Amino acid sequence: MLGKTAGGLFWMFRYLERCENTSRLVEAGWRIALTRTGDTESEWESVINTAGIRPLYDEKYDDFEASHVINFLLRDADNPSSVLSSINVARSNARLVRTALSAEVWEAVNEYWMAMKTVLARPVSERNLAPILAEIRNKTAVVRGMLHGTMLRNDIYNFCRMGTFVERADNTARILDVKYYVLLPSASFVGSSMDNTQWENILRSVSAQRAFSWLHGGEITPAAIADFLIMDRRMPCSLAFCYDKIRENLYHLEGDYGIRQSSQDLADTLCAKFNGREVAAIFEDGLHEFLETSIRDTAHLASLIEQDFRFYG
Amino acid sequence: MDTKPSFFDEMFEGTELPRQPYSRYNDWFVGEDAKELRKKSAEAEAFFRRIGITFNVYGQQDADERLIPFDIVPRIIAAREWQRLEQGIEQRVRAINAFLHDIYHRQEILRAGRLPREIIARNEAFLPQMIGLNPPGGVYTHVVGTDLVRTGENEFYVLEDNARTPSGVSYMLENRETMLQMFPELFTQLKVRPVSSYPQNLRRSLSDCAPPAFNGDRPVVAVLTPGIHNSAYFEHAFLADQMGAELVESHDLRIVDGRVAMRTTLGYQAIDVIYRRIDDEYLDPLNFNPNSLLGVPGIMDVYRAGGITIANAPGTGIADDKALYSYMPDIVEFYTGEKSILQNVPTWRCSEPDSLKYVLENLKDLVVKEVHGSGGYGMLVGPAASKRELARFEKKLRARPSNYIAQPTLALSTVPIMTKKGLAPRHVDLRPFVLVSPNRVQITPGGLTRVALKEGSLVVNSSQGGGTKDTWVLGD
Repeated sequence: MLGKTAGGLFWMFRYLERCENTSRLVEAGWRIALTRTGDTESEWESVINTAGIRPLYDEKYDDFEASHVINFLLRDADNPSSVLSSINVARSNARLVRTALSAEVWEAVNEYWMAMKTVLARPVSERNLAPILAEIRNKTAVVRGMLHGTMLRNDIYNFCRMGTFVERADNTARILDVKYYVLLPSASFVGSSMDNTQWENILRSVSAQRAFSWLHGGEITPAAIADFLIMDRRMPCSLAFCYDKIRENLYHLEGDYGIRQSSQDLADTLCAKFNGREVAAIFEDGLHEFLETSIRDTAHLASLIEQDFRFYG
Repeated sequence: MDTKPSFFDEMFEGTELPRQPYSRYNDWFVGEDAKELRKKSAEAEAFFRRIGITFNVYGQQDADERLIPFDIVPRIIAAREWQRLEQGIEQRVRAINAFLHDIYHRQEILRAGRLPREIIARNEAFLPQMIGLNPPGGVYTHVVGTDLVRTGENEFYVLEDNARTPSGVSYMLENRETMLQMFPELFTQLKVRPVSSYPQNLRRSLSDCAPPAFNGDRPVVAVLTPGIHNSAYFEHAFLADQMGAELVESHDLRIVDGRVAMRTTLGYQAIDVIYRRIDDEYLDPLNFNPNSLLGVPGIMDVYRAGGITIANAPGTGIADDKALYSYMPDIVEFYTGEKSILQNVPTWRCSEPDSLKYVLENLKDLVVKEVHGSGGYGMLVGPAASKRELARFEKKLRARPSNYIAQPTLALSTVPIMTKKGLAPRHVDLRPFVLVSPNRVQITPGGLTRVALKEGSLVVNSSQGGGTKDTWVLGD
């Protein structure tokens, strides 16, 4: 496979994952705004921070009004991570690597792009927000379904999956990092309704409320949330799960290509970090520091993959 | 007759009587609901968008990708008609390859005085770098798209030979795919010869021309594209995909150990055959245009040493040059010893004083083309031109006569298209696709039918508002 193709697949799936993650962030923020259970503007501010686009946003707006934030995240061309920008990039990568994709995957991405061009052509109002978010989620699911259902399990698939999980690991770490302060044990807030909303919202931004309830009953505690989103290998957006998946795909590539690469060493190291570790220990060493390191590690791993497999020469 | 020429309609004789190749189709058509059929047209467009069969328009960065309009009425060619076309095309393509070999070696045709020397010597399409070079398998034009027009029952003319990198084959394949999906019942009623094996045949045909340096079980084939912004990118990706070949751009390539190699996830891998969709000029900045970013520096040296096959070979443009076109019947005769089966459109070479005089006197009845133009640009269609345009062109002709050729306005045949008011005749041309390998010439039964969608228009180019139709060649 061409190095360029590997890179195209990797980024295509990073951007598709980003579309979905952004739509969830908007949904979680919207939920807070609807229920008016917290300070809405500061909630939207943290959504912008989580998306990692604060400087860009500040250039354009000096408030965090819902419609500004929503439109910036969903359709603003000045925001390279907006859903519309992301699907554009995902689709042009798909065009670039079209020969590596099954017809079904290509068509699913192309239809996704056509749909977004239509529904995001005009500013999104509160009234049509919900169906748009649902459509984003749906169209992403179709691409993923087609990937699972129609693609060979070979190197092509491995690069797609690594793109997905690199993006997801980054996203989960960011969500936790922006909110880490609400997870810290602090006598004054514990048990207050404010905390509960915030915690729930962390789960909501990764679509994990239901899963969490199954595992932990009704009781939401910061330690349980952190444990769930960092350490739980059953949870598809936990850091441990994402790193496992990246490592697994790198192992497939090793089997396929017969070469062990440096990215694999790093993936091994990152996965080992979670073995036999208690979430209490992470809190002790500093949650924020842990998450910051994790964001850096993910970026480092991505750049090693890029070099090892010659994405750019 | 002078004011309103009558045109040969391929479907109907007179107003209602279907010609023989269309009789079954017509039976089916009259039984269909017109409204339903128009709905199908809209479906076809949605289908094309979904698959992404679009082309980019040059110079419009943010412009939407465009669709080439597709018409749902097929263009039907009878078995007997096709057989004759096939013979004519094969003869012509063989002659072109013999001519190319000759013109880059002993130049017998010039020695014999059958072709003026200056037409080669002063021609930019003639590449001195190709002199004495033997392309692998002896094939120069691996892929040819012979443009044909029709003016009557048995009257076909070759309009252009397209011996460089003819495009449009993806439309031939996708048009058929679309028709199969929309009207499966028609294909059970009519015996339409399939076109779907084109990509496999292309791959086989290219593989048969593997270079001397090839050693392995299966030649590595790659399609070289200028990139995602090229107007025909879809086709490049489509062909690579269908052939199971890699789609490469110049920055994926490098010369490694005397071979052209592509950067893979495992390092550099040698390519045996490169189906390039970039022009000669851009192919190799070391040997041709030094400013090209699209090519591979040094590829010509590898080619010369037998390290790679380039399809089509560089320098084939000399064979489809418009200045040379008028000599094609002589060229065919010279190399095959037979009369040309397909006719040439009568052509006046404006470089010759007598011809120029005639052309200037009859400008309003003629089509004048730039010798090096393509895509319908820089062309004058006399009968459709205003007085002002005619005057402007006259000036151009007088200033640089050798830059132009002129041809009579052909009464191009029509095939009906589906309009809001029902069937309406529109002018068409036909581009069959020809594959050449060392031991055979293969012509896919069918091709790309281009249709001028504007009433009365004779310009079928997609860049000038043309559309396409599926082309059916009937089995016996």
